[in-house]
Amino acid sequence: MALYNETVMEHFMNPKNVGELENPDGTGVYGSPVCGDMMQIQIKVEDDIITDAKFKTFGCGSAIASSSMATSMIVGKSIDDALAITNKQIVEELGGLPAVKIHCSVLADHAIKSAIYDYAQKNNKTYAGLEGFDPDADEDDHEGVIEE
Amino acid sequence: MRQVYLDYSATTPVKQEVLNEMLPYYTENYGNPSSLYSLGLKTKEAIDKARSQVASLINADSKEIFFTAGGTEADNWALMGIADGLKHKGNHIITSKVEHHAILHSCEFLEKHGYDVTYLDVEPDGRIKPETLEKAITSKTILISIMMVNNEVGTVQPIRELAGIANRHNVLFHTDAVQALGNVSIDVKSLGVDLLSMSAHKIYGPKGVGALFVRKGVRLPNFLHGGAQEMGKRAGTENLPAIVGFGKASELAKENFNDHVKHLSELRNYMVDRIVAEIPKVYLNGTLKYRHPGNANLTFDYIEGESLLILLDSKGISVSTGSACSSKSLKPSHVLDAMGIPWEQIHGTLRITVGDFTTKEDIDYVVDQLRNIVETLRKISPINDEKGW
Repeated sequence: MALYNETVMEHFMNPKNVGELENPDGTGVYGSPVCGDMMQIQIKVEDDIITDAKFKTFGCGSAIASSSMATSMIVGKSIDDALAITNKQIVEELGGLPAVKIHCSVLADHAIKSAIYDYAQKNNKTYAGLEGFDPDADEDDHEGVIEE
Repeated sequence: MRQVYLDYSATTPVKQEVLNEMLPYYTENYGNPSSLYSLGLKTKEAIDKARSQVASLINADSKEIFFTAGGTEADNWALMGIADGLKHKGNHIITSKVEHHAILHSCEFLEKHGYDVTYLDVEPDGRIKPETLEKAITSKTILISIMMVNNEVGTVQPIRELAGIANRHNVLFHTDAVQALGNVSIDVKSLGVDLLSMSAHKIYGPKGVGALFVRKGVRLPNFLHGGAQEMGKRAGTENLPAIVGFGKASELAKENFNDHVKHLSELRNYMVDRIVAEIPKVYLNGTLKYRHPGNANLTFDYIEGESLLILLDSKGISVSTGSACSSKSLKPSHVLDAMGIPWEQIHGTLRITVGDFTTKEDIDYVVDQLRNIVETLRKISPINDEKGW
C-alpha cells in the first residue's frame, strides 16, 4: 500500500534529470518554499529543439516525480511541441496523481513554460504557445485545476 | 526489511496483556451489561472494574469517569455540553491556538452558534503564559479548554497554574489529556481541572474508546440520549471489550509509569542528540524541559516533510510530518505556525515519537537512514546554504 502509484514512486525514488546545467539557455523557477513546493527547470536549446533539461525541486513526492516526468517529456522535443504539453499530459504519463496533488503537475508545467519564456526573452523569440503566459502568475490561480 | 514504528503519538499497538483481557468479552462473556441475569451482571462488573482502573490512573473517583468512543468524543462532549449547559451564564470560551482539531473545530462550530471564542497565543516554546489566560477572561467566560500535552511538539502546559486561574474566576476548566495520559503524571485532585479527556489507543489500548473525567459537582448535560448507560449521560450499549481493554491499559500505564517515562526519554534524547550532531541544519522545535518523554519534532532545512516521510517509509520507518503537502490546504501545521516557525521550515518538519517497543537499535537504524535520505533530498533541492531561502 503506497500513497502513489508505481510510476510516480519510480520517478520520485529515482528521479531523472536532477541537477543544474552549466550554461542553460533558459531557466524557469516557480513556486516558493513558503507554499511547500518550488521548482527550478533549466533547458538547453539547439535549433528550436530542447536538447537537455535539468531540474531541482523542493517539495513533496509528487512534485519531484512531476519534475522528473516533465523534464523527460520535453527533451528531444521542439519548443512548440514542448509548449503544447499540458499538466494533464504530465499526470497521464505518471499514471495519475491523487486529487490533492494535481497542482504539482501544474507547477511542473508552469516551470517548463517559464524556462522557455526565459529562453525566448533572451533570444528575442516569440512562440504562439507563450501567448498570454505570465511567468509570475499566482500559484493559487492554478490550485487543483486540470488545465486542458 | 527492518520495520520501525516511530509514530506512537498517532497510535500505539495493543499490548498482548491488554488483548488477552479483551478477547473473552467478544466470545464468552458477551452479555449486555444492562441485563439482569448472571451473564449481564458479570459484564457490568467488568465495566466497573475498568472504570476504577482508569480512575486510578488520574487519581479520580470511579463515579467521575464516563466512557466515550474516544478522545474526540470526550472533547466534543465537554465543549458542547458546557457551552449548552451554561448558556444562561455567558457565551465566551477560551482555548489556545495549538489545540487538537477536536477542540478547534468544535470551537468553530460553537462560534457559528453564537459563542465567542478566544484562541490564546503561545510563547515560542509552545507554552501558554498564565497572564495571557488571565487577561482573556471576561464576565461572559464559561469555559477554558487547554490541552495538557501537545500532540505535535509534545509541549506540556502549566495546567495546574492555568486551572488555578480558572478556579479563582469561577470558570470551568477542561483539558484534553489524550497525549498526556500515561506519559506525564496526572492527579486531577491536585491539578484542579473540572473536565479531562482521555483516549485508550494512545496508551497501548484499543481504538474507539476513551473517557471523559467530570469532576463531582460539575453539571454536564447528557451527550447521547437513550438508555441508562454511563449514568444516563452517554446512552448506548457499552463497547464492552474495548472498555475492558482501556481499563487494563490504564492499569499497566500506572504500574509501568516510571520505567515507561525513563525508557522513552532516554531513547528520545539519544535520537535527538545523534540527529542534531550528524545532520547539518536540523532544529528541535519546542522546549525539552516541558515535553512529552517520547516526542521529537525536528525541522530539516531546505527539504519538504512529505518526501522525507515517504522515503523513510520505503525503508520501513513510520513517522509523521507537519508539512501541508499531505493536506488539502496550503497551510501547514497550525501548532508550529503559532510558535512562530516560518512556513518554509514547517514544511520540512518531522514528528518522531518513540514508545515502549522502541529499541536503541531501531534508533540507530533510523538515524542512519535519515542522514542518507536528507542528503539525497538536499541534492534535489534548489535551496541550499549558498542560495538561501
